[in-house]
Amino acid sequence: MAALHFHNVTLGYDRHPAVHHLNGEVARGALVAVIGPNGAGKSTLLRGIVGILRPLDGNIHLGGLDARDIAYLPQSAEIDRSFPISVFDFVGTGLWRNAGLFGGIGKAARQKILRAIASVGLNGFENRPIGTLSGGQMQRVLFARVLLQDASLIVLDEPFNAIDSKTTADLLGLVKHWHGEGRTVLAALHDMEMVRNHFTETLVLARGPVAWGPTAEVLTPENLMVAMRMCEAFDDTAAACAADDISSRAA
Amino acid sequence: MVYDALIGPFTEFEFMRRALAAVIALSLAGAPIGVFLMLRRMSLVGDAMAHAILPGAAVGFLLSGLNLFAMTAGGLIAGFAVAILAGVVARSTGLKEDASLATFYLASLALGVTIVSIKGTNIDLLHVLFGNILAMDDQTLLVVAFNATVTLLVLAVIYRPLVIESVDPLFLRTVSRAGGPAHLAFLALVVINLVNGFQALGTLLAVGLMILPAGIARFWSRDLTAMICIAVVTAAVSGYAGLVLSFQTRVPSGPAIILVATVLYVVSVLFGRVGGIVRQLFPGRHLEA
Repeated sequence: MAALHFHNVTLGYDRHPAVHHLNGEVARGALVAVIGPNGAGKSTLLRGIVGILRPLDGNIHLGGLDARDIAYLPQSAEIDRSFPISVFDFVGTGLWRNAGLFGGIGKAARQKILRAIASVGLNGFENRPIGTLSGGQMQRVLFARVLLQDASLIVLDEPFNAIDSKTTADLLGLVKHWHGEGRTVLAALHDMEMVRNHFTETLVLARGPVAWGPTAEVLTPENLMVAMRMCEAFDDTAAACAADDISSRAA
Repeated sequence: MVYDALIGPFTEFEFMRRALAAVIALSLAGAPIGVFLMLRRMSLVGDAMAHAILPGAAVGFLLSGLNLFAMTAGGLIAGFAVAILAGVVARSTGLKEDASLATFYLASLALGVTIVSIKGTNIDLLHVLFGNILAMDDQTLLVVAFNATVTLLVLAVIYRPLVIESVDPLFLRTVSRAGGPAHLAFLALVVINLVNGFQALGTLLAVGLMILPAGIARFWSRDLTAMICIAVVTAAVSGYAGLVLSFQTRVPSGPAIILVATVLYVVSVLFGRVGGIVRQLFPGRHLEA
C-alpha cells in the first residue's frame, strides 16, 4: 500500500510550474531523500504534499491519510520568535491532533511533552522563551514538536541547513528512529554523503523528475549533471503547456 | 483627606461609580485584545479601525440623536465594512493591507465628522471624538458590560488557535483550518471593543485603553498569561486614577485616563524589567552562564 501517489502532478505559482508532470509513488514506511539544485522545486513538491499548495494539474493521493497524519517541518518556518511563548508550550502545540481547540493538557500529555523535549537533548529548557534559543536549539525544538505530532507521514524541508554536525547527527538519529517505527519520511536535502549513507530511496528533482529509485542506483554523477542543466530560468512568456503526460522518467 | 480625594468621589456621586464600573469592564475585555493586537503587530490597524467606526456611529447619531443602540449598531456595521473592504482591496490589488486601511480610515474619519457636523453642535462633535465616560447611563453601562462578557467568552474559545497562529501560522495551517475563522473572530472582537471604548473615550482615544496597557505589559513580562494580567491591571488602574484626576482637576475624563496610562508607559519604558532603558544602560555585571 502506497503512502503517497503522484499522478501527473504539476505544482507551481501563478500558472508557472515549479514541478512538472511528476508520476510515481512512495511506499508506506519509505525513507526518501529529495535532492536537486536550488530552484529545482523540492520545497514546492513538499508544500504540495502537505496540502498548503494546490496542484495546478494532476493530483496527489495520500492513501487515506488525513491532514493531521502529516507532520511538516518547513525550510524557513514563519515563526515569530519574539512571541512570548515557552519551549514547553511551543512543543506542546504538537499535540493539536489530540487536544484540538479545547482539549486539556493532562498529566500524561505533560509527561509526553517533557519526554519529547528530553529526546532532542533540551532538558532544562522547558521554561525558556523561544526567543532566547540559538538556531540549532530552535531546530531541535521543531523536531520535538514533529515527534509529538505522532504522524505517519513526516515531511522535512532541508532540516539540517545551517546546523552543526553534532546537532545534525542527533536529529538524523531521530529521523532514522522514525523510519524504524515504520513511519514514512520525506526529506529535502543537499548533503549527498548523508543521502548516500542514510536514505534508502532518492528522488532527483529538477523542475521535473530526473531519476527516482534506490539511492545507490539513482545518485550518479550523470543524473546530478542532468539535474543541474534542467534547472533553466523562469520564463515569463511561457506558452500554456501542451504536453499532457510527458513520459516522466520516474521509476 | 486621602479618603476624600481617592474614594470620596465614588461614594458621593453615582456617575463616578458608573464611570468606574465602565472603565473596569473596558479594561477586562479590551486589554487582552490589545495584547494580541500588539503581538500580532496590528497596533496601528486597531487605531485605524477605531476611526473607521465613526461614520457608522455618526449615521446612528443622525438618525436618532445620542442614542446608544443606534450608535453602537452603526459603529459595528461601519467597522466590519471597513475591515472587510480593506482586506478585499488588499487581496485583489497589489496594495498592502495597512496602506488600504489607512485610506479607508481617513475617508471614514472625514465622512463621520461631516455627518455629525450636519446635524449636531460642536459639543456633539467633541462627544463623538473624545467620548464622555461621566455621562454613562445604566443602559450604556449594561451594553458595555455585555460586550465585555462576550469578548471574554469568545476570546476563551479562540485563544489556542489565536496564539498558535500568532507564533507559527504555517504550522496551524498544516494541522487545522481554525486559523482563518479565529482571525476573523478576533477582528470582530477588536471592532466590538472599539465600539465599547467609543462610548467612554471617543473615536480618537478608544484604542488607548487597549494598546497602552499592552505596551506597558511588554516591558514587565516575557510570559503571555502574565502580560495579559499586567495589561488588565494597568488598564484598570489608569482608568481609576484618570477618573480621580479628572474629578479633582477638571481635565476631561477620557484624556485624563489616557494621560495616566501614558505616564505608566513612560515609567515602564524607562524602568521596565524586560528591555527597559535603564536596565539596558546599567545591566549589572554579566553572569557566569
